[in-house]
Amino acid sequence: MSGKLLQVVREDGQVEKALEPRLSDAQLKELYKHMLQVRLVDERGMLLQRQGRLGFYISAEGQEAVHVGAGYALEPEDWYYPHYRDPGVGMMRGVTIQEMFHQLYGNRADATHGKQMPNHYSWKDRNVVSVSSPLSTQIPQAVGTAYAMKYRGQRHVAMASFGDGSTSEGDFHVGLNFAAVWKLPCIFLCNNNQWAISVPLSKQTASESIAIKALAYGMEGVRVDGNDVLAVYRASKEAVDRARRGEGPTLIEAVTYRMSSHSSSDDATRYTPKEELEAWKRKDPILRFERYLRNKGVWDQAWADQLREQTNAQVAQAIQLAESQPKPKLGSIVDDVFAERTPQLEEQLADLQRTHPEVE
Amino acid sequence: MSRELTVVQAVTDALRTEMRGDDSIILLGEDVGLNGGVFRATDGLQKEFGEARVIDTPLAEAGIIGTAIGMSLYGLKAVPEIQFLDFIYPAFDQIVNELAKFRYRSGGQYAPNVTIRAPYGGGIKGGHYHSQSTEAYFAHTAGLKVVVPSNPYDTKGLLIASIRDPDPVMFLEPKRIYRAMKGEVPEEAYTVPIGKAAVAKEGDDVTVVAYGSMLHVALQAAMKAEEQGVSAEVLDLRTLVPLDEDTFLQSVKKTGRLVVVHEAQRTAGFGAELVALAAEKAIEHIEAPMLRVTGLDTPFPYALENQYLPDVPRVLDAIQRTVSY
Ligand SMILES: Cc1ncc(C[n+]2csc(CCOP(=O)(O)OP(=O)(O)O)c2C)c(N)n1
Ligand SMILES: [Mg+2]
Repeated sequence: MSGKLLQVVREDGQVEKALEPRLSDAQLKELYKHMLQVRLVDERGMLLQRQGRLGFYISAEGQEAVHVGAGYALEPEDWYYPHYRDPGVGMMRGVTIQEMFHQLYGNRADATHGKQMPNHYSWKDRNVVSVSSPLSTQIPQAVGTAYAMKYRGQRHVAMASFGDGSTSEGDFHVGLNFAAVWKLPCIFLCNNNQWAISVPLSKQTASESIAIKALAYGMEGVRVDGNDVLAVYRASKEAVDRARRGEGPTLIEAVTYRMSSHSSSDDATRYTPKEELEAWKRKDPILRFERYLRNKGVWDQAWADQLREQTNAQVAQAIQLAESQPKPKLGSIVDDVFAERTPQLEEQLADLQRTHPEVE
Repeated sequence: MSRELTVVQAVTDALRTEMRGDDSIILLGEDVGLNGGVFRATDGLQKEFGEARVIDTPLAEAGIIGTAIGMSLYGLKAVPEIQFLDFIYPAFDQIVNELAKFRYRSGGQYAPNVTIRAPYGGGIKGGHYHSQSTEAYFAHTAGLKVVVPSNPYDTKGLLIASIRDPDPVMFLEPKRIYRAMKGEVPEEAYTVPIGKAAVAKEGDDVTVVAYGSMLHVALQAAMKAEEQGVSAEVLDLRTLVPLDEDTFLQSVKKTGRLVVVHEAQRTAGFGAELVALAAEKAIEHIEAPMLRVTGLDTPFPYALENQYLPDVPRVLDAIQRTVSY
């Protein structure tokens, strides 16, 4: 709970044997795959935005280990309430790169019918809830889902993911308080990348850490190295196991760094110290995990090369198909406001169809 | 079998009837459990259904609505109570940005079924913060249905319909008439359809539209008008969103005159919507200026509450002005 940072793999790839989670070689390679896939999708997403082909993009560069490690500790029946910088949880649950690009392009094949900005995914059949722009709102919602799980006598858990700036919002405090009072199977994952757009963490809180806030709510709090996927996995697995045993919620603070700008609309060079960025580059979570895998003798260069190649090919193909899809039909503009269109919505649509007969 | 119940008893009765048949219904809010709510709307329910289904929450409206959303996304039917509509604002974001938008923003994947109950309105000497009538905020938010009952029978039927409705519903309870009248309420479950207005009194000369506690002021004014030879038709909207345009326009076309009554302040209130609608769709039938009798564009006053709230003389005055135009 103190400022101590849980670390399993050091920056040089050496592992703290006593803390090393028991994962098979295949599982370790899966973790690597999930992180790399997020990185490659993000690289292409940012590029497409700069080329004017995507309206907007949010990258998780440098932070992949946080949500990949945490998401990996969950079972498919567990619910994940996402932030917007954690697409890997959906991906590890089977969301395809193609499905993601349909959403990014807001086209007719998009599972959310082009209703939201890029990166605001929604994967109901994977138990990943819809991303919201308003910060921290997902936190009390995850608590409600955890309540429902407990009420139904199930041993599932709900995890809410959010940023460090998001911990200043009222919903963060409200959510943690409710979860602790109700002793729910809920895990709060703070992706502490040390920035909220241009505002550093020192301007968000006077607490010595985010994890320490757990103490006041009456729950477990842990602080982990967020660039160490095994540390995040370990802390998350412990939190999940505790939750399943009925021992209540946990706040996990994963300390990492935002290596990209806040979004494609931001220019972080205006405020991020260069030296800091350089220092964090050396802590890259994917390279660190590669060093670990090499030390362990699990690394397979041909496999890694192929993975990269395959993923890039999938991304290229996904973009091509997504760009060839038409926009959602005009009528979808009034769908899903309610379960059924009201007469008012039908009338408003009819007006639109009359003045815009060219739109399908 | 039916018996005489007050409006607030009809609320309790609706919840009890529906909860007996459906263990997915969860009530939550401040003081709703042990105490049965500050207005006793949930009286005896925790005793009958247990603490897991009737939850005394920590004191945080954003938490009440936020957790209700999360429960309902997982398949429960959450029926949170906000103690007074005046205290709903800490949850405003969860209501307008989350509850109302989940279905749309997820392309129909996630659709929270939450019915928010909140006592609203003045007339109880509650001053500033126990009297407001802010239905327009919610009517102005796409994705929310807004229901306001005016009598015991409708209260039970509309509340059950709201709980069963797949969409989020703001169920605003006119606390001024919680105990002002009794009415026949069947013991069994029944619904009154959302989106259907009622003709509370038939008439030919002018249409008076109201909802909630103002319905009774409108009715009394209409009776007085009758004595003076004016035949007023009174509509009880019952649902603001989705609005029953047919019943409304039919009446306005018949009488050619419109008076709207609501407690809420005038500017950008729901009355403006009704007048605009009549102007858009029935202008050729309209024979006189359409009038609004409403609260003032002031915060809700304490000492002059009875002057702020529309009353019979003010409604009667509007009726006379429009028929004598
Ligand atoms: C309630 C709310 N206020 C402001 C914003 C605008 N905004 C978007 S992201 C952001 C910073 C969030 O920082 P943090 O929680 O640390 O997450 P990060 O972006 O660093 O992952 C702000 C201010 C918002 N989306 N929602
Ligand atoms: Mg941040």
